[in-house]
Amino acid sequence: MTREELERIRAEAKQALEARDMTTLPEGELKPPRPGEVRVVLRNCGQIDPTRIEDYIARDGYFALAKALGMSPEQVIDEVKRSGLRGRGGAGFPAAQKWLFARQAVAARPAPADGSPPAYLICNGDEGDPGAFMDRAVLEGDPHSVLEGMTIAAYAMGATQGYLYVRAEYPVAVDHLQKAIPQARKLGLLGKDIFGAGFDFDVDIRIGAGAFVCGEETALIDSIEGRRGEPRPRPPFPAVSGLWGKPTSVNNVETLANVPQIILKGAEWFAAMGTEKSKGTKTFAIAGKVKNTGLIEVPMGITMREIIYDIGGGILDKKKFKAAQTGGPLGGCLPEQYLDTPIDFESLAAAGSLMGSGGLIVLDENDCMVDVARFFMDFTQDESCGKCPPCSLGTKRLLEILTRMTRAEGTPEDLLTLEYLTQNIATTALCALGQGSVNPVVTTLRHFRDEYEAHIRDKFCPAGVCKGMFHYEILAECCTGCGVCRKKCPEGVIRGEKKAPHEIDQPNCIVCGDCYKACKFAAIAIRPGPTEKSRRAAHKTETPQG
Amino acid sequence: MAQLTINGKKIQTPGGTILAVAREHGIRIPTLCHHPALGPKGACRLCLVEVKGSRVLQPACTFPVSEGMEVQTDTPKIRTARKFVLELLLSDHPQDCMTCEMCGACELQDLMYEYGVKETPFRGERHAYPADDRDPFILRDMEKCIRCRRCIRACDELQSVNAISMINRGFRAKVATSFDTPLQESNCVFCGQCISVCPTGALTEIDSRGAGRTWQTQKVTTTCPYCGVGCNFDLHVRDGKVVKVTSRWDSPVNRGVLCVKGRFGWQFLHSPDRLTVPLMKAELWKKRTGTDGTPSPYAGFVEADWEAALDAVSDGLAAAKAQAGPDAVAVLASAKCTNEENYLIQKLARREIGTNNVDHCARL
Amino acid sequence: MTNSIADLAKAEAFFVIGSNTTEQHPVIGAAVKRAVRAGAGLIVADPRRIELARMASVHLRQRPGSDIALINALCNVIIAEDLYDTAFVAERTEGFEQLKAAVEKYTPAFAAEITGVPAEEIRKAARRYAAARPAAILYSMGITQHASGNAAVMAIANLAMLCGNLGVEGGGVNPLRGQNNVQGSCDMGALPDVLPGYQKVADPAARAKVEKAWGASISDRPGLTVVEMMNAAHAGDLKAMYILGENPLVTDPDLRHVQEALEKLDFLAVQDIFFTETAALADVVLPGAAFAEKDGTFTNTERRVQLVRKAIDPPGKARPDWQIIAAIARRLSADKALWDYPSPAAILAEAAAITPQYAGISHSRLERGGLQWPCPSPDHPGTRILHVGKFSRGLGKFSAGAYIPPAEEPDAEYPLILTTGRRLQHYHSGSMTHRVAGLNRLLAEERMEINPDDADALGLADGDTALIASRRGRVQARVQRTDRIKPGVVFMTFHFPETAVNLLTVSALDPVAKIPEFKVAAVKVTRLAP
Ligand SMILES: Cc1cc2nc3c(=O)[nH]c(=O)nc-3n(C[C@H](O)[C@H](O)[C@H](O)COP(=O)(O)O)c2cc1C
Ligand code: SF4
Ligand code: SF4
Ligand code: SF4
Ligand code: SF4
Ligand code: SF4
Ligand code: FES
Repeated sequence: MTREELERIRAEAKQALEARDMTTLPEGELKPPRPGEVRVVLRNCGQIDPTRIEDYIARDGYFALAKALGMSPEQVIDEVKRSGLRGRGGAGFPAAQKWLFARQAVAARPAPADGSPPAYLICNGDEGDPGAFMDRAVLEGDPHSVLEGMTIAAYAMGATQGYLYVRAEYPVAVDHLQKAIPQARKLGLLGKDIFGAGFDFDVDIRIGAGAFVCGEETALIDSIEGRRGEPRPRPPFPAVSGLWGKPTSVNNVETLANVPQIILKGAEWFAAMGTEKSKGTKTFAIAGKVKNTGLIEVPMGITMREIIYDIGGGILDKKKFKAAQTGGPLGGCLPEQYLDTPIDFESLAAAGSLMGSGGLIVLDENDCMVDVARFFMDFTQDESCGKCPPCSLGTKRLLEILTRMTRAEGTPEDLLTLEYLTQNIATTALCALGQGSVNPVVTTLRHFRDEYEAHIRDKFCPAGVCKGMFHYEILAECCTGCGVCRKKCPEGVIRGEKKAPHEIDQPNCIVCGDCYKACKFAAIAIRPGPTEKSRRAAHKTETPQG
Repeated sequence: MAQLTINGKKIQTPGGTILAVAREHGIRIPTLCHHPALGPKGACRLCLVEVKGSRVLQPACTFPVSEGMEVQTDTPKIRTARKFVLELLLSDHPQDCMTCEMCGACELQDLMYEYGVKETPFRGERHAYPADDRDPFILRDMEKCIRCRRCIRACDELQSVNAISMINRGFRAKVATSFDTPLQESNCVFCGQCISVCPTGALTEIDSRGAGRTWQTQKVTTTCPYCGVGCNFDLHVRDGKVVKVTSRWDSPVNRGVLCVKGRFGWQFLHSPDRLTVPLMKAELWKKRTGTDGTPSPYAGFVEADWEAALDAVSDGLAAAKAQAGPDAVAVLASAKCTNEENYLIQKLARREIGTNNVDHCARL
Repeated sequence: MTNSIADLAKAEAFFVIGSNTTEQHPVIGAAVKRAVRAGAGLIVADPRRIELARMASVHLRQRPGSDIALINALCNVIIAEDLYDTAFVAERTEGFEQLKAAVEKYTPAFAAEITGVPAEEIRKAARRYAAARPAAILYSMGITQHASGNAAVMAIANLAMLCGNLGVEGGGVNPLRGQNNVQGSCDMGALPDVLPGYQKVADPAARAKVEKAWGASISDRPGLTVVEMMNAAHAGDLKAMYILGENPLVTDPDLRHVQEALEKLDFLAVQDIFFTETAALADVVLPGAAFAEKDGTFTNTERRVQLVRKAIDPPGKARPDWQIIAAIARRLSADKALWDYPSPAAILAEAAAITPQYAGISHSRLERGGLQWPCPSPDHPGTRILHVGKFSRGLGKFSAGAYIPPAEEPDAEYPLILTTGRRLQHYHSGSMTHRVAGLNRLLAEERMEINPDDADALGLADGDTALIASRRGRVQARVQRTDRIKPGVVFMTFHFPETAVNLLTVSALDPVAKIPEFKVAAVKVTRLAP
């Protein structure tokens, strides 16, 4: 392959692509960009047929590679460094820095005598955050952008073999990659002597082990080596001693998909987007109580308010915004006062949360923050690899306490113990999973302490979520006597004459919430204390195993 | 050479982990998942130390020293962290030190003692695995397991057998064979290396149950009686009986590694089948003493006193020599006996009988 | 072993032949596995797919008894392809031209005919061995227990010398000795032709030295080996025997012959810790002490002399064996005071004075850890590696042997080859290990390993009872079908006296080492019962 040939392919492919009716492409999760979005990583998704390399080339695909291979590896590293690209997998580590470390480690050791690769590049497509699917969108919709990014990164760091570690639950992504890799090989864009630059690189797919923790880079390396994925302490860093003891760079899908654009359009173009320390764009998967959910790509530095209200269309059912959980199960819940904080690595960390891989869950007044914390802890405990006691046992104890609180069994000591646990788990756990596991608890406790206290002191769940910890009351002064609640009640325990305030037969109410949801006049209130029936029902639910 | 300080003390070292360098210089850092014969793991978090400039506490057992590093190994912050980890471990541990085999030799117990962890602030579920004694030799009481993975690493790094690994995640993570079967249904070779490295009472010798705690037994270092490798180990003796074999990590031959025969094959010592008195063929006894003698459990043999038995042997050998010359007598030495005994028996043949008819089963 | 166990970690490659290391010498087997996992190469030559074969880059499944042809062919390839260490051969050896001539006809194709190993595999193995420096050769009874075992040992030495693998760390020719103190028994002169320290009885100077120390004269006629003793007893020439801690009625070949021989003796004394099959034939049985019940030394396969310490008393009236032997000798001796040894330490001191290799070894030194002989003086640290810089005879001599077919080959009547060996869980005749309940649980009975193809032809299912017969006897055993074993070959061990496999084996002897041929006997197998 030469640049000229590539240009010829592009010219032909462009015409073909323009002539083609793209509406026949199967519709993914990705909707057309909304005002405020800027698509860099997702620019091709939905615009090309991901199973055709020509489509990718038509949109300047592999021209960045051609350009990069005309530069020295140091120049490539420098370009990416100046662009300010930071890892999108969670930690936000500068991508160019990682490659530089690996490159130095390769130089510091003798070339392998057995002909094995001197270093490896791994693309992390494990995407285990519940609700996150940004990487899947790229892998499915634009696989070649990831392959091209990998090849450029490999050239920069000195790797000759790459692995694409894809989450087991992504069969379409795997299928598209399995088509893309041979296509690239066939055109000489992977394999020996790419673009005649004397650089060899190839990529193999590895299917993930189905565990969230296998997305952690050291665990991922174990997993590729065929062992159970468990994080190990760093140093030694993978850049020095990674896969099979060789210098290794692990980069996220989205990080790598940015690289061709940076090379093609220049560091300055990329650095012009975003904030001082967080450049470029970021994809987010918005979920929860917001009108428009789904995948978006926005410039770094945008505020949460802009995302939720402008792009997301505001909270559902005119409810009150309560908090947004960013960064997935290891991130934090940020309340209203952070709505105008710019979203970048530093600001989120300062607020006690994370960028994470870009999950964003919007919570409203009917979300119980204790229960939210419990929910994430349940996930984390389940996904803890079990290697270090602070995480494997600590998250279990946290989960047990949170579970007790949501069952009206919490004690004031529990609250102290909860704090003792969160402080110490964060400083003693081995990896970011354990260390970060406490974030949902820490942030909800910091911003919604009163809710915890209500659960403990009054055995009351003010959001009306925790079973057996509240009941409904119809406020006579607000009730219009429309009768909707009476009709909705499955137990038939709401009484009242038309146009007169209604009333709930409390002892027999099962607190299902149908009336509460149905009332158009906010005339039904959540009040402390269970009803006879709901208390009995709550006691019957068996103890979940953490 | 790197120069660093540990607890303010200036140290010059060619390198290594903080733990190794600290130990070389007499600074003790507590550990649980570390074992000198195994690669570092960094799992237990007991060895956490403060490294200046590092945001979080770092495990000394994996963290390499570097030039100019400043390390603190025993600050209030560190003690709090270690105590916290111990409290968590205790919250999932049966406090069974009363009847536990390892009491007195248990690294967990020692640390609880050192850090004064009498009780745990955490209440909650505790693992309740029944003690698994379905296999020969190895008792697995997984309730006491702290998941330090030393056993797994011994099976992997020392034996390359990999019979056991971690299964499940989170709280339910457990050391087991791939399908949580008895070891006998895995490729386990019953070398007992896993027992030898286990810091707690989770893995112990079935045949040594209740036979004596570490301070109650006398340890005698000796050499294996089985194959020609000549592994060294310690025999544990109590009340005149061997009750257990443990590894000698300092042996240049086997460096703590043993096989199933060496580690577990000592019971024959106390077999009721052992010969305890000299025996003589009944006819021979009658011929030599004119009496019937004391019957023995062995058909055709009576019990003899040592004088009578030794006299009969020397007479038997001497008679053959007198009748047909020294080469009508032969001795078979033994590859199971000591050098001294082999020396003596060939000397007996050569000097006292006058024959070179001496051999042993070397070739078999 | 020319080298040390600790040395194995430094080998770049291993050639393991005739040794099921992980079962026979488990701790050395584990060391080999560790080294291979850390990157060392591994070539295995064994008719069975033993555990190490699964890790090996080349596994040569030679026909039992064809080792010499195989090794000569490896030498052939290494010479023909110019892969040998020319400097080592020129400076440290002699007889290279003779070797070259002798192995010339052992081309891979020629050897393939004899061994059943494809020629290409032989070439691959030769190249792999020659490419790794240093490379260690490990072998065991699989090599020596043949009528031509001694020539096979020579052939192995040729291979190591060709590639300069002697006298170097991580290399060597490393025979793994079977029982715990075989090495020591040999060192101490428990052999018919040598005095302690391998000094020939036929050598007047050696005899004179020992005679002086003992104050008595010694016969200059080499004595009989075990199998020759049995033959002499059978013939009525041998009248009395004193057997210490051995059970020839299980462990020796051609058991029927052994039994008849022992029964013909006028007098038999057996000294043991159990009432063995052999003890049952004795006139007097003397209860000895087990390893934990006496002091002394064992010498392991790497020539390391180590203390055995008394931990407990012998049971009942049993006594340490050294006391029993001394008591008998005292009765036979004109000079009774000579046999009044106060301790095993004193015995070793006397032995060390006439055994050059042990001259610097004493119990007090051994208290601080074992010592590898040769250790010629009290300040000598012992010898980790033999032949460094120089062979004991000066130059290393190549001496090629010719392949001789096994004494007994399969034929129409006895169509299968029986080869015998050991298993991890039991030891020797089993007198010790059968008295360990857990070991019996792990392996309760003998199983004859047979290839499924052969088993199908004979209608044998797993667990069936089969009758295995040779020209000398017959035994029964349950069947284990496994492709671990080559077609045409069956495998059994001698650990179970009730399945006395040595009823079947051949007592043909290696002409030099006088080792019986345990590894090849022609047998026929029939199905007895399910
Ligand atoms: C529990 C856990 C799970 C992770 N999962 C992922 C993942 O699914 N995808 C990912 O790219 N990074 C994940 N990471 C982050 C990786 O360890 C690593 O930092 C990242 O792949 C580096 O790529 P980047 O520098 O491009 O962000 C995870 C980290 C932790 C602690
Ligand atoms: S923090 Fe959790 S996931 Fe990370 S190593 Fe420890 S137990 Fe495993
Ligand atoms: S394992 Fe240790 S701490 Fe646990 S019961 Fe036994 S002696 Fe006590
Ligand atoms: S006994 Fe040996 S082989 Fe079995 S699990 Fe333990 S270490 Fe592994
Ligand atoms: S069994 Fe013992 S060695 Fe294994 S993980 Fe548990 S405590 Fe550690
Ligand atoms: S422990 Fe096993 S390998 Fe070691 S000497 Fe004893 S029998 Fe041999
Ligand atoms: S000893 Fe360092 S983490 Fe366990």
